[in-house]
Amino acid sequence: MTQASATQPIEAPAGAVLLEVRGLSLDFGSSRGRVRALRDVSVSVPRGRIVGVVGESGCGKSTLAFAIIRLLAENAMITAGEVRLEGRDLLTLTPRQMRDIRGRRVSMIFQDPMTSLNRVLSVGQHMIDIQYRDKISQADKRRRAAEALTRVGIADAESRLRDFPHQFSGGMRQRICIAMALLVEPALLLADEPTTALDATMEVQIVGLLKALQGELGCSILFVSHHLGTVAELCDDVVVMYAGEVVERGSVRDIFKRPGHPYTQALLECDPGRIHEKTRHLPTIPGSLPDLVEVPQGCIFKDRCPHAFERCQRERPPHYPVAEGHTASCHLLDETRGNHS
Amino acid sequence: MWFYLARRLLLAVAIVMLAVTLLFVMIHAVPGDPAAVILGPRATPEQIAQIHEKMGLDDPLPLQIVNFFVDVTRGDMGTDVFTQRPVSQIVLGQMPYTITLILSAITWATLVGIPLGCYSAIRRNSLIDKFVGVISVSAIAIPSFVMAIYALLIFAVWLGWLPAIGAGGDGFWDTLSHLILPAFAVGVGWVGYIARIVRASMLEVLGETHIRMARAFGLPERRIVFRYALTLAILPTVTVLGVGMAHLLSAAVFAEVVFARPGLGALIVHAVDTRNYPIVMGTVLVTTALFVISTTVADLINAALDPRVREGL
Ligand SMILES: Nc1ncnc2c1ncn2[C@@H]1O[C@H](COP(=O)(O)OP(=O)(O)OP(=O)(O)O)[C@@H](O)[C@H]1O
Ligand code: SF4
Ligand SMILES: [Mg+2]
Repeated sequence: MTQASATQPIEAPAGAVLLEVRGLSLDFGSSRGRVRALRDVSVSVPRGRIVGVVGESGCGKSTLAFAIIRLLAENAMITAGEVRLEGRDLLTLTPRQMRDIRGRRVSMIFQDPMTSLNRVLSVGQHMIDIQYRDKISQADKRRRAAEALTRVGIADAESRLRDFPHQFSGGMRQRICIAMALLVEPALLLADEPTTALDATMEVQIVGLLKALQGELGCSILFVSHHLGTVAELCDDVVVMYAGEVVERGSVRDIFKRPGHPYTQALLECDPGRIHEKTRHLPTIPGSLPDLVEVPQGCIFKDRCPHAFERCQRERPPHYPVAEGHTASCHLLDETRGNHS
Repeated sequence: MWFYLARRLLLAVAIVMLAVTLLFVMIHAVPGDPAAVILGPRATPEQIAQIHEKMGLDDPLPLQIVNFFVDVTRGDMGTDVFTQRPVSQIVLGQMPYTITLILSAITWATLVGIPLGCYSAIRRNSLIDKFVGVISVSAIAIPSFVMAIYALLIFAVWLGWLPAIGAGGDGFWDTLSHLILPAFAVGVGWVGYIARIVRASMLEVLGETHIRMARAFGLPERRIVFRYALTLAILPTVTVLGVGMAHLLSAAVFAEVVFARPGLGALIVHAVDTRNYPIVMGTVLVTTALFVISTTVADLINAALDPRVREGL
């Protein structure tokens, strides 16, 4: 495949699928054996939409994002599945082809804005560096960088380009990262908890910024968060993950109104999802995550599920439809099973 | 910045004074009259008294020390007991040899050590990485004077490729060929040391989020390694080199003795041997100053490379 076709946007109407993760399974090698961090994960991100990924710490949200952009730790092994971006399976690309896609079609911003930038390089150097593919003059790159900074609300951008990361606050740094994403105009932006390290006011601002940015560029965003309020505010669709599996997916409205999975229900009970109330961690649900080295049989949530019954012990629930475009993996939704109480 | 430099200067003065004072006390504590040792068994009491007079040996110790420092601030470090030449002239005359040796050793050690460490980090667990690991550990373990003796035996005595003794001085090539073996002996342990440090800090930096961020924007791997990682990974090396200056100086002393090279090392060994205390004092004073200067230079280089450090100065 030629380089051009790898990076040219394919004209398609909004709503068509941009990213399709299908049946993705991933293990981490460890001294205890393989950690089955992702199992049969499927996520689809339509063009121009913001999809939230929620779940408690350790459920595999970051791993999913890193698998998509292929920046996984060295001990990660993808054992099954595909990651189709604009129709091409990223998992089959050579490292070189993958690098061509990063920064053009897909890019990423991270949780901790304090460490996302290099402390010996000025902000301007970062922002000029990422335009290395553009055949424009250094001065033009600088001007574009300043424009991007202004766009994300950093005053006096021209002179602030000379400043170093430590001269900015955490929220400012996250804005810089967003400005960098703005410069390369990716079709897909992966955002791994970009607001978790910030206080509530900052979080609201960053969310507003991402929303505006998305509207302007028409890009899609995969937004990882463990704050349901943020997801409710920003996202169109949600994917709920638990212990390496997707347990529910659907539109934000559907899921917040009628959560199909007991795990989602528990989440919503503890966190009604209002953005202005900052929850540092996902609400605590009694019990803990199952061991991912010896993944138990049956439903992954059975040890903590208040509704668990006999079938849950032996059979892993498939995704059952809850409503149009809304599915959850819980045996309670199996209509063929008849009534239960 | 100015505050930092002032603080450094103060520290330098304090360290130098401490070193010299200690030396005075030690000399004082050594049994035997320095004047008698200098003059030999056939000295007359008058001659001894004359030397005492000249060196101020009859003054109380604190006064001797104070006098010494007062003279030093006037640029007078005393006179050589044997030749009557000013100590400052002798010491400063020998200093360039030692500085050249140390700088050449550091230069070649960093020029080889940094790429080796960098390569080992990028190709971790490759054959070359393991090879470099073994070599550097052994190079660190062998004392530099042993290295000097073997280098001398192999390359100068057996193979006859390079001159064995002296510093040359008959043109650039002559000087260079005399410099190679001592610089090799002094620097070889540092190659391994620097390679280890760079490898470790490189691995740490490569695991940091900003590297993932740079990769997420598709930056070429080359640029990530050299611009985003190595610039951070060499910072600890600069600090270690600054602090390691004392070690380097002592290695240089041994190398100068083994290769019969002029320099501060040769000077101090000879002076101690002949109880030429003014020379000993002067040399210690200058080497201590060199040590303090080099750690300051290391700090300044670090500040030039790291904006956060720069702000802290
Ligand atoms: N390099 C690794 N080696 C071994 N196990 C890993 C590695 N990285 C992640 N894991 C494991 O994989 C699982 C998923 O981790 P991941 O970081 O994706 O979770 P997360 O949902 O992003 O959590 P958080 O909200 O804390 O960021 C966890 O059990 C974690 O311990
Ligand atoms: S399948 Fe069973 S255990 Fe799993 S969530 Fe549904 S009811 Fe609970
Ligand atoms: Mg995470």
